[in-house]
Formats: sequence, structure tokens, C-alpha cells
Amino acid sequence: MALLTVKNLSVGYHTRKGFLKSVQGVSFALDQGKSLGLVGESGCGKTTIGMALMGLLPDNASVTNGEILFEDQDLLKMSKKEIRQIRWKKIAMIFQAAMNALNPVHRVSEQISEAILAHDADISEEAAMKQVESLFQLVGIPPDRMRDYPHHYSGGMKQRAIIAMALACHPSLIIADEPTTALDVIVQEQILSAIKDLQNKLKISVIFISHDIAVVADVCDNIGIMFASQLVEYGRIEEVFHAPMHPYTKSLLASYLTLDKDVVQVNSYIGKTPDLINPTTGCLFCERCSVAEATCSLRAPEWVNISLTHKALCYQCK
Amino acid sequence: MKDPNKVIIKLENISKTFRTRASLFKGDQKEVMALKQVSLNIYRGEIFGLVGESGSGKTTTGRLIVKLEEPDDGKLLLDGNDITKIKGKALKNFRRKVQMIFQDPYQSLNPYFSVYDSVSEPLVVHNVGNSEIRKDMVRESLNSVGLAPPDDFFYRYPHQMSGGQRQRIAIARAMVLKPEFVVADEPTSMLDASIAIHIFNILSEIQKKLNVTFLFITHSLAAARYLCDRIAVIYKGELVEIGSAENIIQNPSHPYTRALINAHPRFRF
Repeated sequence: MALLTVKNLSVGYHTRKGFLKSVQGVSFALDQGKSLGLVGESGCGKTTIGMALMGLLPDNASVTNGEILFEDQDLLKMSKKEIRQIRWKKIAMIFQAAMNALNPVHRVSEQISEAILAHDADISEEAAMKQVESLFQLVGIPPDRMRDYPHHYSGGMKQRAIIAMALACHPSLIIADEPTTALDVIVQEQILSAIKDLQNKLKISVIFISHDIAVVADVCDNIGIMFASQLVEYGRIEEVFHAPMHPYTKSLLASYLTLDKDVVQVNSYIGKTPDLINPTTGCLFCERCSVAEATCSLRAPEWVNISLTHKALCYQCK
Repeated sequence: MKDPNKVIIKLENISKTFRTRASLFKGDQKEVMALKQVSLNIYRGEIFGLVGESGSGKTTTGRLIVKLEEPDDGKLLLDGNDITKIKGKALKNFRRKVQMIFQDPYQSLNPYFSVYDSVSEPLVVHNVGNSEIRKDMVRESLNSVGLAPPDDFFYRYPHQMSGGQRQRIAIARAMVLKPEFVVADEPTSMLDASIAIHIFNILSEIQKKLNVTFLFITHSLAAARYLCDRIAVIYKGELVEIGSAENIIQNPSHPYTRALINAHPRFRF
């Protein structure tokens, strides 16, 4: 049974220029203990989905359509109080930019025990500190660094502390929003393998949000490629990497630099990001697409099933 | 063209130590040795890659070369002339020839400056041309980074532009004086993968057109391999390996280089 099912989710922001459709008709499901990667460029709506799952959308955002079923309950129908019972206890988030996610004037251990104490009224402070200690061991920070302040930590250690904080209340789903973007390759690998280990050990489901398709390739079971507010390809990771169908996925994979293949000149083209206030009726990727036909800009693309688990939002994939 | 006979930048046994200030409560000063006896030749017309993790001293090397830092020991030469201790007029002259592109385009551009102000500022500082000539030079520079038509961008401000556009403005600003040597310090670490490739292609085009020499600082071996002729790997302030990009990736001799290669995310299939 799926732990999380997102059905036809649409979210938009009220801006001065009009209503900006940031997420349009996104659907996916995630089983217990599995991981899903959401990949796309900045502004494609991937973080908005994460925030919607956490119930942390800003005031000018509104969900116009869809359902978010978590353990068969619709999160969108819950009151703020009910959401607060679930947030962090069942769904936790690893925020982007770890360097800014910690409070600089409190000791790291206090910040994490605060999360535990806030959600469990019965626990004593000492017991909470004990838990923090075991969490630090779990994510690989030496316990004697617990009482340090965030500025004593390196970037990788801060990211580990943020992961410890996300794990504090034993959630069943973690949303990791660009967990390694600000880190260098060596630390990135350490953090990713730490998350992978914890996922296996604790049977947590994880949603990875990233613009780096390689990060997702390393850690996920399923992958969703997003472009301009829509999911454009979805499938098991081998399927999407072996046989990418959507032209956008193909261009993403081509622009990724590897060490294994020979160096080839990659053609780069930055198209304008489509207007999401008054989107066209046709395919949003049309302007950048190399295989677009005249009809593509006129009618909205439909999902094409390539296999039971692999689908793409493009007419040319048939 | 690349000329292996002409060394443009030469580092001779450069060392640099940073000292932390003694705090009021914890008395002792700490020393961090950022660079230990680094020697390096960069040839005219090449793109030279300096690869290492955070804290390895790669940015310090870049800042030393553009003279934002002073070495404690060692010599820095430009075209065979010692520039370690230059000051005043000679330093200003040096800055016309050597420019830097910074890591974070969200912080390196003045938010109160329009694109035209930002890109023309180096021309104003160095008293180049009159306002008409400057306008043409700014146009040319914006064109070379693919911001066309340039006049459309003149009066935009950084907050009205995407990260990729901002970094292209920063490149245009570094290139407007037609420098001979440019240090690019992780120019794409704040940008999406697809935009990063675009920035690499722009840098490589500019290099071919103007025959500038680049020092490209990065933590990604794959990026260095895509862009560079030669690569040096730096670890804890020491150069551990130097050679052609292909050679280093195919036959890494230092264990740290191997660790860097293994850490690079790869597709399992």
C-alpha cells in the first residue's frame, strides 16, 4: 500500500502580475521504505511540492486542485492543528542550505532536543538529550561536538545535524530538498550514503528534490522529471536512465558531465522559462524542443504509457 | 592559440598562512596553513583547472593570483616580471590585465547597479574611452556572453534576472577590459546543471575568440575535464598531481585524486 499518494496536485501563487501556476496536475505515489527523486531546473515547482506536503506553503500560495493522501488521510483537508500533529512526527524535511537552517545562537544539541520536546510532552529533558546523542551517532557526528554552536561546524557537519533533526521524531517520510547542493563532491557522497544507509536501516520513505540528476540516480528507486510546473516523465530509475522518452529528460541527461564517457561538446541552449501566469494551451516544452511538430504548440500533451511503471507527457513518444 | 613556450603566470614556492584572531575568552591564536610551497606554471592561451575540495586552498590560490591576498613567502610572476610586491600604478595596470569571476552571482553584483553600471564600471575605473566608446564595449561584452540584444539588458537590475543571467553579467564585467588572464572561481556552483554547461560553453568560446588564459577553479573533476587542457589537483594546501586532464582522470597517481574520482556521482546502470 502506498504511504503517500499525490493526485492531480495544482498549486499557484498570487503575485502582482497575476496568478502564477507553479505546480499543475502532478500525480505520484510512494511506498513505505522507497525513495522518489524529483528533478528539474530552478522554478519548475519541485520545492513547492515539498512545501505543500509539509503544509508550509506561504500565505500567497493556494492549492487549486488535487489530493495529498498520507496514510489514507487527505492532508489538504486537515486543520492547522491536525497538520501540526503530523508535521515532523510523521513527515519531516531536510531543508535546502543547511548553513542557514540552524539557529546560530543556540547549541546544536539544544535545537534538536527542542524538536523532540515539542512533539512529545511526556519525555524528560535528560531523556531527550540521550536521544539526541544516539541521533548524532546515527548520522556520524562525534558526541563531544553536541554542545557546539553551528558556526563551529563545517558544511558537511551542519548538513548531518539537519538530517539528525529531521530524524528526531522517527518520521516515516522525509523530504530532502537539495540536501547536498552547497557541498563539494566528497562531502556530497558521504551525505548521500548516510541518507541511503539510514533509509535502509529505518525503512523511511524519502523524496529527494534536486536539480542534479546524478544525485537522484545514486539514491532513488523512482524518478519524476519536472519541467515548468508539470511532471513530464515518471518511471523506475533504470527505465528513465536507459530509455529516456521525453525530449527534456534527454537533454538533461546529455548535459550531465561524467568521468566515464569521452568528452563530447554538449550543445547548450537556455530557452526562456515558459510563462506560467498565462500558459499556452500546448506543450510547455515546445519552444525548446528539438522534435516538436506544429501541432505540439496547439494541443496539450497527454501521458503516454511506455511500460506499466514508465510514462511520459509527450505526443512524440508514441 | 595555446603556446606551451610562454608562461603567463608563474607561482614559485608560494606559501600562505591565515591566523585567527585571539578571542577574548580563549587566549590562543590558531594558524591555518592554506598553501604550502605551491609552484605552478600556467601557459598563455590555455584553460587551466584547479580541482580540490572545500578548504583545500584552491580559492586562496585564485585570490593570490589576482592579488586580493599577499603571499607570506614565495614569488608570483606575470610574463616573467615579479609582481609579488607591486603597488600603486603598477598594481592598477596589473588589474587591467588580470580579472576574476566570483563564485556567487547573487552576491558579487551590486544590487543598486544596473547591468550597464556594473559592466561599464571597470572602464570608468581605468579611464577607458568616452561614453560612446564605453557603450560599444559594453554591448560587445554582453553579446559575447549571449545576452542579446544587449541594449535590452542595460537598465535591468540583478534582482530582475535569473542566476544564469547574473553570472553571465559577471563574466561580461570581467571581460570588458579584454584581460589577458582571468580567474574563474567555481562560476557555476550556485547554478543548475543545464545552465552550468551553458556557462562552460560561453567561457570556452570567449577563450577561443579573445585568446585569454583562464584559471578555472572547481570541485568537480568532470567539469574540469570538460573545459580544461591541463588540471592540477590540490589537497590541504599542496599540489598533489598535475597533468593533462585526460591523463589525470585515466591514470590518477595520487590517492586523493582517486578519492575525488570515486566520489563523483555516476549512474549505476
